[in-house]
Amino acid sequence: MQYQSQSVAKLYFIAAIGLFVGQILFGTILGLQYVIGDFLFPEIPFNVARMVHTNLLIVWLLFGFMGAAYYLVPEETETELFSPKLAVALFWIFLVAGALTILGYLLVPYAKLAEMTGNDLLPTMGREFLEQPTITKIGIVIVALGFLFNITMTVLKGRKTAIAWVLLLGLWGLAVFFLFAFYVPDNLVLDKYYWWWVVHLWVEGVWELILGAILAFVLIKVTGVDREVIEKWLYVIIALTLITGIIGTGHHYYWIGTPEYWQWLGSIFSALEPIPFFAMVVFAFNMVNRRRREHPNKAATLWAMGTPVMAFLGAGVWGFLHTLAPVNYYTHGTQITAAHGHMAFYGAYVMVVLTIISYAMPLLRGRAAANSPKAQRLEMWSFWLMTISIVFITLFLTGAGILQVWLQRIAENPEPFMVVQDKIALFYWLREITGVIFLIGLVVYIASFFVGGDEEEATA
Amino acid sequence: MSGSFTKSMARNIFYGGAVFFFLLFVALTFDTHGRLPDRDNRQNLTEKVVLGKKVWENNDCIGCHTLLGEGAYFAPELGNVYKRFGSKEAIIGFIKSRPAEGVPGRRSMPQFNLSDEELDAIAEFLKYTSEINSANWPPNIQG
Ligand code: HEM
Ligand code: HEM
Ligand SMILES: [Fe+2]
Repeated sequence: MQYQSQSVAKLYFIAAIGLFVGQILFGTILGLQYVIGDFLFPEIPFNVARMVHTNLLIVWLLFGFMGAAYYLVPEETETELFSPKLAVALFWIFLVAGALTILGYLLVPYAKLAEMTGNDLLPTMGREFLEQPTITKIGIVIVALGFLFNITMTVLKGRKTAIAWVLLLGLWGLAVFFLFAFYVPDNLVLDKYYWWWVVHLWVEGVWELILGAILAFVLIKVTGVDREVIEKWLYVIIALTLITGIIGTGHHYYWIGTPEYWQWLGSIFSALEPIPFFAMVVFAFNMVNRRRREHPNKAATLWAMGTPVMAFLGAGVWGFLHTLAPVNYYTHGTQITAAHGHMAFYGAYVMVVLTIISYAMPLLRGRAAANSPKAQRLEMWSFWLMTISIVFITLFLTGAGILQVWLQRIAENPEPFMVVQDKIALFYWLREITGVIFLIGLVVYIASFFVGGDEEEATA
Repeated sequence: MSGSFTKSMARNIFYGGAVFFFLLFVALTFDTHGRLPDRDNRQNLTEKVVLGKKVWENNDCIGCHTLLGEGAYFAPELGNVYKRFGSKEAIIGFIKSRPAEGVPGRRSMPQFNLSDEELDAIAEFLKYTSEINSANWPPNIQG
């Protein structure tokens, strides 16, 4: 750690990991409700557990991105953070607001929560991933503005690097597109149309800028390859992302009442979206092969190489699988979608946050360069446990999805939804068992922070 | 990448590409707005439908169901439930009769204790939704 103010990142990373645990616990609850329908009913109905699962995911990823920014920007711009105090204050505001929101979900019926928080004044609740009460959403905007102010001021007063700049663009984009969460027209088609301006333009747009910037930063650190080369790659990757991904939004405009030319536009452009993910894989492996140093943090290097591979599989391959309109006609809104959502979110965003944590946390904790080999070995075990689990979760859900599509949508005598769900329960059991293994992987991950042993010497 | 392709060229492609495709997207959005009146069933977007959409949102129905294929995958598609059930009364009857304690061992829908007005509105909202032109999706009545 070169700058004192980078230390605020530690808070953010610890909170991120804590909320990650909550997310996965609720994931296992959901998985069990899939096979034991009345599990925790009516205390925690499925929809409540689901919003806890998905909102915790988004919130801990945001904590991770913010921590990454607080760590990376001072080092890139070669200057202390504009205001470390603001960073700490916003941390607590965000954490408390997040915790209150989750408690609200769990303690009162959702309709009651809507009433209590005055949803009628500016209705924004009740849409997937954007379930937060309007006041929470306003809080998110305030925290985001404070955070962006802090980071932008830091960049402005320091050295300007492409990495810091791309990260900043991605973070501003994240905040700007979130504003569409406040636009909830009565017309359902328009509502759905602009809902994707948050969801799709996040994960297949501006978040990829954040992903690319964090990955580029860690790759410079662990490989020592020339910044010029790495930043050129970064620009190429994010150029491909936006050239394909913006019009690629059309892959959500096939069946929601929008004009049918979107079937062409969405299919063509989104079919090209795997290219930037593939470029990321080539990039990471190339840089590691051309490395000019042997960084002692082997675990961070493993995460940095795993991220593009899994992002390519989850977003690129599993995305392509159902993105062409004639295929999507049958797979739309089935377990195939869930399979893709899990591997893409894990491979791209979970893993990139764990990459920066893996690189930065030892330094934040005052180590010279890396954790002890023993701690790293445990961390690498957790890498494989979680990554292989998500692969199998994806495969089991894909199996469930194929059968679902067949029995419910293609077979000569299509069967009702609930009948089909019973028939494919075996796959849900397998998914749940694999989910428990994922949870064990996460416990191993956390345990790796508490393992001592002698540190490796820095070689850089 | 070869030596003649520089970082600033890559950067220019990024900015040029991002701006061009975003503007194209905005233009397509305008065009879509122009064509929606023929497809989105807005002529039936009554006060009651608006109330129904509110009931839909305030109870987070999307947390279990899909609507036009978007949402959660725990419970059946509802974009075409009006056609599957055949009438508003059937939909109202179903929602009203959910047991508060659930069904042992099975997935069940919560009892939301909706008023008669809300029940009628949600059914009207689902009827309106079923009349949106969704390009023949879903493939069949099972959703
Ligand atoms: C890291 C990037 C990505 C993430 C995190 C991601 C995540 C998701 C999620 C969570 C959904 C479900 C949304 C909902 O609940 O309705 C979804 C849907 C979808 N994604 Fe992605 N995705 C990514 C990239 C891609 C890419 C690159 C493609 C295409 C090549 C793609 C194709 C699709 C399609 C076609 C759907 C709609 C599925 C349906 O019709 O039900 N995704 N994605
Ligand atoms: C223990 C492991 C996990 C289990 C058992 C699990 C289970 C589930 C279940 C049952 C759903 C609801 C599907 C539905 O709507 O019917 C869900 C949704 C979701 N989960 Fe997980 N989950 C797990 C881990 C994860 C992880 C690690 C991530 C992120 C990387 C994640 C991200 C998501 C997302 C994005 C959705 C919404 C999907 C969509 O709309 O398509 N889950 N999960
Ligand atoms: Fe998308």
